[in-house]
Amino acid sequence: MLPLPPATFHILMALTDEDRHGYAIIQDVEARTDGELRLSAGTLYRSIQRMLDQGLIVEARKRPAPALDDERRRYYSITSFGTSVARAEMRRLTQLVRLARARGLTPETT
Amino acid sequence: MRFYRWLLHLYPASLRIEYGDELASVFAARRAGASGVFGAAGTFFAALADVVPNAAAAHLDVLRQDLGYTARSLRRAPGFALTAVLVVALGVGANTAAFSVADFVLLRPLPFPHSDRLIKVWERTPGYGRMELSPPNYRDLKTAATTLSGFGAYSPGAANLVTAGEPRRVATAVVTHDLLSVVGVRPMMGRLFTPADTIASATIVISYDLWQTQLGGDGAAIGKRVDLDGRPYTVIGVMPSDFHFPSRDVAVWRTYHMAPEDAASRSNNDLAGVARLRDGVTLEQAQAELATIAARLEREYPQENEKTGTTVYRMSDELSDRTRLLIVALCGAALCTLLLACANLANLLLARAVGREREIAVRAALGAGRERLMRQLVTESLVLAAIGGTIGVVVAIMAVPAIARLVPSTLPIAQQPSVDLRVLAFAALSILVTGLAFGVFPAIRAGSPRALEALRDGARTLGGARQRVRSLLVMTEVMVSVALLISSGLLVRAMWRIQAVDPGFKTDGVLTLRTALPSPKYELVNARTQFYTRVLNDVRALPGVQSAAYTSFLPIAMGGGIWPVQIAGHEVIRDASNSASLRFVSPQFFATLRIPLLKGRDIAQTDDATQPFVAVVSQSFVKRYWPNEEPLGKRFQFGLHERTVVGVVGDIRVRGLEQASEPQVYVAPKQVGDSEVTFYSPKDLAIRSSLSAASLLPEIRRIVRAADPQQPISNVQSMEQIVVNETASRAAQLRVLGVLAAIALLLAGVGLHGLLSFTVSNRTREIGVRVALGAESSRIVRMVAREGVVLALGGLIPGVALAFWAGRAMQALLAGVKPNDPLTFAVAIALCGATVLFGCLRPAIRASRVDPAMALRAE
Repeated sequence: MLPLPPATFHILMALTDEDRHGYAIIQDVEARTDGELRLSAGTLYRSIQRMLDQGLIVEARKRPAPALDDERRRYYSITSFGTSVARAEMRRLTQLVRLARARGLTPETT
Repeated sequence: MRFYRWLLHLYPASLRIEYGDELASVFAARRAGASGVFGAAGTFFAALADVVPNAAAAHLDVLRQDLGYTARSLRRAPGFALTAVLVVALGVGANTAAFSVADFVLLRPLPFPHSDRLIKVWERTPGYGRMELSPPNYRDLKTAATTLSGFGAYSPGAANLVTAGEPRRVATAVVTHDLLSVVGVRPMMGRLFTPADTIASATIVISYDLWQTQLGGDGAAIGKRVDLDGRPYTVIGVMPSDFHFPSRDVAVWRTYHMAPEDAASRSNNDLAGVARLRDGVTLEQAQAELATIAARLEREYPQENEKTGTTVYRMSDELSDRTRLLIVALCGAALCTLLLACANLANLLLARAVGREREIAVRAALGAGRERLMRQLVTESLVLAAIGGTIGVVVAIMAVPAIARLVPSTLPIAQQPSVDLRVLAFAALSILVTGLAFGVFPAIRAGSPRALEALRDGARTLGGARQRVRSLLVMTEVMVSVALLISSGLLVRAMWRIQAVDPGFKTDGVLTLRTALPSPKYELVNARTQFYTRVLNDVRALPGVQSAAYTSFLPIAMGGGIWPVQIAGHEVIRDASNSASLRFVSPQFFATLRIPLLKGRDIAQTDDATQPFVAVVSQSFVKRYWPNEEPLGKRFQFGLHERTVVGVVGDIRVRGLEQASEPQVYVAPKQVGDSEVTFYSPKDLAIRSSLSAASLLPEIRRIVRAADPQQPISNVQSMEQIVVNETASRAAQLRVLGVLAAIALLLAGVGLHGLLSFTVSNRTREIGVRVALGAESSRIVRMVAREGVVLALGGLIPGVALAFWAGRAMQALLAGVKPNDPLTFAVAIALCGATVLFGCLRPAIRASRVDPAMALRAE
């Protein structure tokens, strides 16, 4: 499954702290990346469909407080499998960055 | 918002139904966030840029999944997959091939502008439906006709073309100056004929092929001089490469000049009329007008034009009824095969659907959307259709040349037929529709709530209606295969009957070839005689040659060439009952073809112009004019002279094995006036020898070259070939039909076997109970067999009726075999019975071996 597509990784990250509905995921990703990554609706739901198939996320049974709920919306939560996949991807990326640093590569241009 | 909803339809249905609302709500949020006209427009474009690539990707995802699933499920059922693919391939292949030929010959318009307005005009006399026009009749019809915008005529021929290389015999057409314009095709280079060309008669228009092969294919060809039959001609035009008129092989067009003696004789018919209907005039109006003019001409020339009418039809209807029937029969058979293929595929898919009902129901219960399931089943059907169709196309491409022999070379169309895209599309479509219809309906039903109930019950009751559909399909298969079997059986019998016809001569060991002597070089009898004598003497001197002779035309190779008979005291009647075929033959002709000499003597070397003119006549000639009289010494007027009968020979089949022939009259080649009836001058050489053609031919070429270095040799073929060619189109059709019938029988057997096997495995429990209750295995076998026989009879009876109907429709092809020929019917029914037996056998045995304990425990 690794490496994860960036959109998938972002969606997993968005769901780590709380269950969210689709538009909330988009907004979260946008906020976290300072507006750099703006997931389109199509990309989001295509990813969600695949992630459901793969068992990375599930539709949440618990709904948020009724005042905040929108009947139409579906909420998603990360599965424990999803969490371990996200961790594995993190390890992979960290490892990669460490290897690059060991070679003396830095993100800044000096 | 509506726009976005509409846009969402680009997504696969499964995704749209699941997430459509969500997607829409995201879009709504985005739009609410955007301000101003530009903001709104930006949202729209962003949505468009988002949906299109994502939808495509989603479709690809689904397709990949479905293909993977299809591959897995087909691998799990290789028997099903293989059978389905083969069935589709056979159906598409046979049908595509047959219709390609039919489309090419029957349906496609001729390659001339407004070809539907081109008509052919012939004379009609009692016994001859289509006879060439006599020059004065042509002239008078043309002058008087007002319904035609143009009326030309042609007369096919051949000429010796001498260029730098080996002399060549080429097919030509002598045409009136306006004929090519009436047909309406412009020359590729140069110009067409004008009335001025007719007077000089020294210009020619040539075909693209001749231009390429003999004149180097360059622009300088116009104005070049070419020798035809020893006379110089100037090339004035080159026709385009797809122009073939009046038949495929014509390479040179010359102008027709009506000489005074031609204009005088209304009984010398040698012009075929081609006309164009004036705008707004119907074929019927032209037919009526020409008939009226012909009636007037008959009144004006009561003797020469006695009972002479006109035959007028569209040029596209030129095809002989026999050829048309051959091709139509083939198409019928191919259509039957397609029908069979569809029935079989439907049967297979239905059987499979029943087997998968539980699987599908389980998947539906597990939450797979109905759309998703349907799409997947559709993919599976399409994959099967695509694989089968591709193989079918390959089959068709290989089969088309085999049946292309059905296309007569006398049509004004060019190359061999090729697999036609439209036809291919039609065949593919029919398979597709079958695949979809019978693949998807089960899926729809499987997805329904009723199916889920069935799953709960663990029942196998679903599909009683389907069982009936399958029975009907198997009956259809049996019906079609019986009909095909009987039809091809009838045609086989007809073929045997034709091949058993005694042509009246022996073909073995006879080689034939043509040395057509050109005019004016050989216009004089003496010049011709010198050539014949020299060639014949040299050929006869070759070791291994038993005899050799020249004749006007070889039998079967040329069926026409008839002349009215006039006998003192008898009235002259211009019709079939009073004409005989006229042949000039050298001595030894009868010996060479082993035509029995029954009385008197052969034509002799000494029968020349100084002697009384003689004739050898056939038996039927004697029977017609002098029954019960001594024929030798009788006199009659024939071929412009009075002739005395000196010999009687056996009859031969001049017009081919399937047709009766006029009586034959053979006359001496020296007993004719100079430049009289040169059409009949001997040109075909027949040689009986013990040598092979390969060893004989170089010698003959040497002999002919020695006699005249400019004389080409053409039409080299054995007499055997000439007779075999007679039935070649029939044989080709029969081969195809035979293969189709065999396929049909096989398919019917497979279908029957499949259905019975299925029934048996469905009734295992019932059979188990029966066995447990003491039923003997023979009774179980009988029970299964009965079902098979009922199915077979259900197909057999309408099949026999269909075959009888088809037989009557193609009676003209049956050469006298009755459409209800009992032997054919019996054999076909027996074959079908054997197939039924074969189809029943395995399921019946399986049923008899059902172990009651196992069968009941399985529940």
